[in-house]
Amino acid sequence: MIPTVDYIRILPGLVLSVFGILIMLVDPVLPEDSSKKALGYIALVGVLASLAATAYQTGFYGDAFYGMVRVDTFSIFFHFVVLLVALVTILSSFEYLEVQRIKAGEYYALVLFATVGMALMSSAIELVLIFIGIEISSIATYVLAGFRRRAAESAESSLKYFLLGSFATAFFLYGVAMMFGATGTTNVYRIAEAISTQPSVIVYLAVALMFVGLGFKVAAAPFHVWTPDVYEGAPAPVTGFMSTAPKAAAFAVLLRVLFAMDAPGWFWMIWIAAVVSMTIGNVGALVQNNVKRLLAYSSIAHAGYLLVAFAAAKTTGISAAIFYAASYALMNVGAFAIVAHLAGKGERYVTLEDYTGLGRRSPLIASLLTIFLISLIGIPVTGGFFAKFYVFAAALQSNLVGLTIIGVINSAIAAYYYLRIIVYMYMRDERSEAVVAPMPAGLGAAVAISVVATIYLGVLPNRVLDGAIRAAQDLVK
Amino acid sequence: MNFIDHNILTIVTFLPLAGALLLTLFPNRDRDIKWFALGITLITLLASLHLPWHFDRSQAGFQFEQNVQWISHPNIHYHLGVDGISLWLVVLTTFLLPLCVLISWKSIHGSVKEFFILMLVLETAMLGVFVALDLFLFYFFWEATLIPMALIVGVYGHGRRIYAAVKFFLYTMIASVFMLAALIWLYAHTGTFDFVAIQQAIQNGQVPGFEAAAKWLFLGFFVAFAVKVPLFPLHTWLPDAHVEAPTAGSVVLAGVLLKMGTYGLLRFNVGLFPEQSRANADWISVLAIIGIIGGALVAMVQPNIKRLVAYTSVSHLGFVVLGIFSFTQIGVDGAVYQMLNHGISTGALFMLLGMIYDRRHTYEVTEFGGLATPMPVYATFFTFIMLSSVGLPLLNGFVGEFMILNGAFQARQLYGILAATGVIWAACYLLWMYQRVFQGQITNPANKNLADLDARERISLWPLALAALVMGVVPDLWLRYISPSVSDALKHFSSGLQASAPAATHATHALMQVIGR
Repeated sequence: MIPTVDYIRILPGLVLSVFGILIMLVDPVLPEDSSKKALGYIALVGVLASLAATAYQTGFYGDAFYGMVRVDTFSIFFHFVVLLVALVTILSSFEYLEVQRIKAGEYYALVLFATVGMALMSSAIELVLIFIGIEISSIATYVLAGFRRRAAESAESSLKYFLLGSFATAFFLYGVAMMFGATGTTNVYRIAEAISTQPSVIVYLAVALMFVGLGFKVAAAPFHVWTPDVYEGAPAPVTGFMSTAPKAAAFAVLLRVLFAMDAPGWFWMIWIAAVVSMTIGNVGALVQNNVKRLLAYSSIAHAGYLLVAFAAAKTTGISAAIFYAASYALMNVGAFAIVAHLAGKGERYVTLEDYTGLGRRSPLIASLLTIFLISLIGIPVTGGFFAKFYVFAAALQSNLVGLTIIGVINSAIAAYYYLRIIVYMYMRDERSEAVVAPMPAGLGAAVAISVVATIYLGVLPNRVLDGAIRAAQDLVK
Repeated sequence: MNFIDHNILTIVTFLPLAGALLLTLFPNRDRDIKWFALGITLITLLASLHLPWHFDRSQAGFQFEQNVQWISHPNIHYHLGVDGISLWLVVLTTFLLPLCVLISWKSIHGSVKEFFILMLVLETAMLGVFVALDLFLFYFFWEATLIPMALIVGVYGHGRRIYAAVKFFLYTMIASVFMLAALIWLYAHTGTFDFVAIQQAIQNGQVPGFEAAAKWLFLGFFVAFAVKVPLFPLHTWLPDAHVEAPTAGSVVLAGVLLKMGTYGLLRFNVGLFPEQSRANADWISVLAIIGIIGGALVAMVQPNIKRLVAYTSVSHLGFVVLGIFSFTQIGVDGAVYQMLNHGISTGALFMLLGMIYDRRHTYEVTEFGGLATPMPVYATFFTFIMLSSVGLPLLNGFVGEFMILNGAFQARQLYGILAATGVIWAACYLLWMYQRVFQGQITNPANKNLADLDARERISLWPLALAALVMGVVPDLWLRYISPSVSDALKHFSSGLQASAPAATHATHALMQVIGR
């Protein structure tokens, strides 16, 4: 008999699933040509209910379902992050789907299901369940990436993501199998006990294989090759979604696997991946002309900064990584919400030239995008600044001087290409003919959430940072 | 301490930001926006005058302190305070900003609201730099100046503004990253970002590994500040930024932003690393002298007046750096004083150039000639400010340069001799430029019917001219605030240097009598 409290410990996921199924049921009832906005509202309510469920969970810390799920500060922190991202994504999709004439109600259901997977990823403490979480979130995202049915690059994006993604999850599963073979369990904390004495070669191999799978999910180099094409082809709100939420969730899994499981032999693996990701991401972004592609490369670089914090674990590195994941998710999803709005019908306006003179054509939108870009550079008054600061401070505290220097140089390079967007928006004389629609209410709310969060993290990071620190303590306890 | 004394720094620092936020809600009526910006900057000026008014000169440490915890992990405090050094830099900033608003009255076209928002945000960030006593908070404000300034240059500037803005941004950003690394190191080894606490810990030798790292920490801070000053050979962004910036941008850039660099050198490099400062003083002084002479020589041959004045900044700030690294009471006093002088006189020069640009839309020397005939008032103001910049006795520039040279002679005679030639060069390039622009016949018919200064322009110049005069006649009004703090900052430097130069000390006394102490 499973006690009721166990269901509370997966309540956010349950709520999302129920609402997702509800959307699937209502969708066929609606007339085929209607805008399906109602389904979006259902999804919105679902996410809000799930946020409430997460808040409710804080009174029910502990394990559930025979030690497969654990509710702790760590899981709740990441629940909030992915749910907020989902909220922003749904809000910014209202207008996007209308403009692109996409009339498919299942879009919203898929966003919810993907979020269920991510919620599961952050609270599962059992490798097979983690794998299932990854699959739930990935499969939903593969479909979402192909939603611009009439655009060839969207199909390309979906297919590429699907093929390479399945390949990568296979690696992860292979690693899980090996770990099971070496230790006889798939529970993260029991594996930690088993391998604390004398890890065999197989354990090292298993950790490496799992890292390959997760490295793909977080778009860390050298497993990043898919990123630019997939991000460019997918619908802009979906790109915003998948460059943030699954990444945050995959980083949560990586934290669990590396530090809760106390995996051996990860240091140089992470070190190299961090350096390569930062460098490839930033150098690649320098030459991009398509804003979505530019942000795709920048997201590779950000994965690199996050890995710097991993390398600095276990002192303050873990909390720095958690904080970074949260602030990156919120600023990036905000930036993509604006990119989606500016893209226009058929995503015609996505190059830097289309942004020319935006500062004069619509000052509000330009200034909001500027705030996100400033945060991505890492300039004060924004969450990005503190996030970067904590990461490099953690690295220095762990005496990773070389890694810090490489990271710091990289973030200086990064300033250049973010600044380029600002230059195009404000400083060029010529104007592009791209028409900018006024911001609808849903998108306004989405952007407001991310702007407020970004500035809040940049001015009063105390509470979130304390949360990150407690999450880190819970993780390695 | 009463409420105002306790909160005055916060009020002064954030008043402009509050004004900027209110401005975002304003309707797009340019007139109202300008008056509002002017009002806010004037209120800030008035509020900042509370500082010298209630400053306790008998006390050398920081005053009007405010210290509350901002972030618990890492241990970051919202710690503000001023001493005699930063006090006047704060007032200089609040003094220049209303003038910047006035000078932009007619020269900014399009996006007027955004311009004044940027100016006000920039003012808050600059004030924050001067009053922050927590290293992290300092860095926070330091970086926060970047974007507004880059946007002011890049959006409202002239022809090659994008190049100039990006160059300015990248130079400063990359250099300050080294400072960030240094201050994180200090935090990792002391557990605090508090300037006073770190200074104490270093003096008491309580920082593990400090001996080995001190050299690199010193350089980390030094690079960030040297770019800002700018010190040769890191100065190349400055002429570009100045030439392309709108007038108000140039005034703020020359008047305040460059002082952030010299202030940082004095407060952090000299304050935290006295031994390293002494060990590195020689090559830094040489760079400063190269800046003084090289900047002057390059200025002389510039065909563009604004570029010429930009290079004079390289030269003048070379003096300031030389004064700081003489480690003598009079030299450092003079350096701080010269920071204020440079803000006044170069700020005024840029405003004057902006006025002629509004009329002719060019800065080329060859376009002008004989301007004194159609514009006598303009020419008079220009003469006056130029002489203050050259260092004519009884005007402010003289006092600062004299004291710095005095300090340089005490530190090393050769430095004094070389730097003293800078005064001559300054006279050469400015007077020659003056001759070509203002004297002789009007050769270009476009200059024939130029309107002289109107009331608004005169109002914006009078305060600066008056300040230049008063600061030249009664420097003691300022120096009596500055000196105690400087001597406190120098107390860790052995008095050996001063004792070894009795002749120079004698000269110091002579000067002190002249300036009334």
